[in-house]
Amino acid sequence: MIPTYNTTFLLAIEDLTVSFDGFKAVDGLNLYIEKNELRVIIGPNGAGKTTVLDMICGKTQPTEGSIRFHNRELIGLPEHQIVRAGVGRKFQTPSIYENLTVLENLEVSFPRGRSVLGCIAFTRTKDVTERIHKVAEDIFLADLLETPGALLSHGQKQWLEIGMLLMQEPQLLMLDEPVAGMSAGEREQTAELLKRITPGRSIIIIEHDMEFVARIAHQVTVLHLGKLLAEGTMEQIRQNPKVIEVYLGH
Amino acid sequence: MNSLYQRLFGGKRGVLNLVVLAALLLIVLPLSLSIFRLNLVGKYLTFSFVALGLVMLWGKGGVLSLGQGVFFGLGGYCMAMFLKLEASDPISTKIQSTPGIPDFMDWNQLTKLPTLWLPFKHLPFALIATVVVPALVAFVIGYAMFKRRVGGVYFAIITQAIALILSLGIDGNQGLTGGRNGITDLRTLCGWDIRSTHAQYVLYFVTCILLFVIILGLQWLLSGKMGKMLLAMNEREDRVRFSGYDVSMFKVFTFCLAAALSGIGGALFVLQVGFISPSLVGIVPSIEMVIFAAVGGRSSLYGAVYGALLVNTGKSLFSESFPQLWLFCMGGLFIAVVVLFPNGLAGLVEQLTQRFGPWFSKQRQPEAAPLVALSGAHTEKGTNA
Repeated sequence: MIPTYNTTFLLAIEDLTVSFDGFKAVDGLNLYIEKNELRVIIGPNGAGKTTVLDMICGKTQPTEGSIRFHNRELIGLPEHQIVRAGVGRKFQTPSIYENLTVLENLEVSFPRGRSVLGCIAFTRTKDVTERIHKVAEDIFLADLLETPGALLSHGQKQWLEIGMLLMQEPQLLMLDEPVAGMSAGEREQTAELLKRITPGRSIIIIEHDMEFVARIAHQVTVLHLGKLLAEGTMEQIRQNPKVIEVYLGH
Repeated sequence: MNSLYQRLFGGKRGVLNLVVLAALLLIVLPLSLSIFRLNLVGKYLTFSFVALGLVMLWGKGGVLSLGQGVFFGLGGYCMAMFLKLEASDPISTKIQSTPGIPDFMDWNQLTKLPTLWLPFKHLPFALIATVVVPALVAFVIGYAMFKRRVGGVYFAIITQAIALILSLGIDGNQGLTGGRNGITDLRTLCGWDIRSTHAQYVLYFVTCILLFVIILGLQWLLSGKMGKMLLAMNEREDRVRFSGYDVSMFKVFTFCLAAALSGIGGALFVLQVGFISPSLVGIVPSIEMVIFAAVGGRSSLYGAVYGALLVNTGKSLFSESFPQLWLFCMGGLFIAVVVLFPNGLAGLVEQLTQRFGPWFSKQRQPEAAPLVALSGAHTEKGTNA
């Protein structure tokens, strides 16, 4: 059943279920994201966190349920249409183009010339260059614009991928373990970066590092075995006995 | 203006490549070869159009097609149909039971020109068709495959099957296509005898000029966003898709581009060689075309031209003396390319310039004098002997 009423949420996920050969990786999930909210999803391995993001961005087709973005159903749309609607996705392992420079990585992520003909006619105009420099500044890579992606450190690659998403100015940004493999200093910089870019958009983050989560999260959602276990502020989650039992306890 | 120059020629290195190839094709070969051999070179060059298409599709786009003979053939047949109709005027075919239709149709008891052939009475239509028909066929195949995310080996196998189907289809419809013999005995293009020495020279140069125009056009395309997109798609297709691009349409475009280039090659082949047959459409020629691109270096535009020239020259020379051994030689060559130099000739040249380039530029200026002395000694020895 696709709901017909409208909500004021940016993203409204209802009764979302996906089963792989009978195994329900996500089971009847309801999740609502407000505008300007930074939501962190936590949970033990296999809880279905990444699968939820996969379904939002169209990589995996759900078996049941609805995902509405600005009250527009996303299920069934091809991936590029979902992106063009304003949803950006960062993958768990940094996916950047190693053969292109930082500048070119950002350039091909600029939301113009996305059709074949538009691509042929595309030229690097002033607004493109300005935007690239602005984003490069934000992601701490302003001095490395001419460096090939392959030569960046792991943390810098993570930043670059976030930057590539920022180029698209998405209203919903989904980051899968953005600080994995980062040094303590880099984590701090990333937390600052995320706080800086949240106004004007919503962000969903999957993360395991609880210290990092406590620093950035507005609301935390805990998933367990494909189901919603708890939802609330970091403090409420920390004291929730169910969460302590399945996740935080060990 | 400056950036247009940069994009067309690709900097100093690109200009050097262009000058060397232009000197070879436009000056050295025409002056040193007989018209018979030069015409053969012209024929080889028509295959380099296919190889250029494969560089775009396979080398840059990462999509291997084993059916480029289909598009070469379609372009060739479109051209040949026009030429055949011109050669089949009622006067020169008056001994047939139905004068005015191509001879093979008469042999197959056809009494009327098939509808498919009618538009090919007009040269502009035929010329446009040599490009558009292959591109359209590629669009249909590409759209059906890439939208369903068929790629890699599966795509290669399907294109190969299509090559087989088309060659069998042409073979089996003798009345419509000339069957296994193909369309032969082509004579004039709007009254201009394409078999004369003069025409062969003109057609050779037309082929060369078109080749250069296409190379520059492709360089322009690759130096822009399209080149980066192809690199990006080749590396991380998912990332491109999740940056809001419809990856399948980019693949369809590259496939159509490669097909159109093959079609132009096919048309030029027919003009210079004077026939077309299913033997240029099927699996074997399609795989040979991939070998041209692989030997030249599958991601180098100039490499594709040299690859087509060298492999075909080798084929001619070798099969003149040892006809049975050629296929083994071809197989060996392919294995050698894959195992020993996966980036082909272009990769080899790249390696050599990286190793000896600095050595050369370091040595050249200070040691110019000894070099002259050395070459002087050499000639002296030569004259004494």
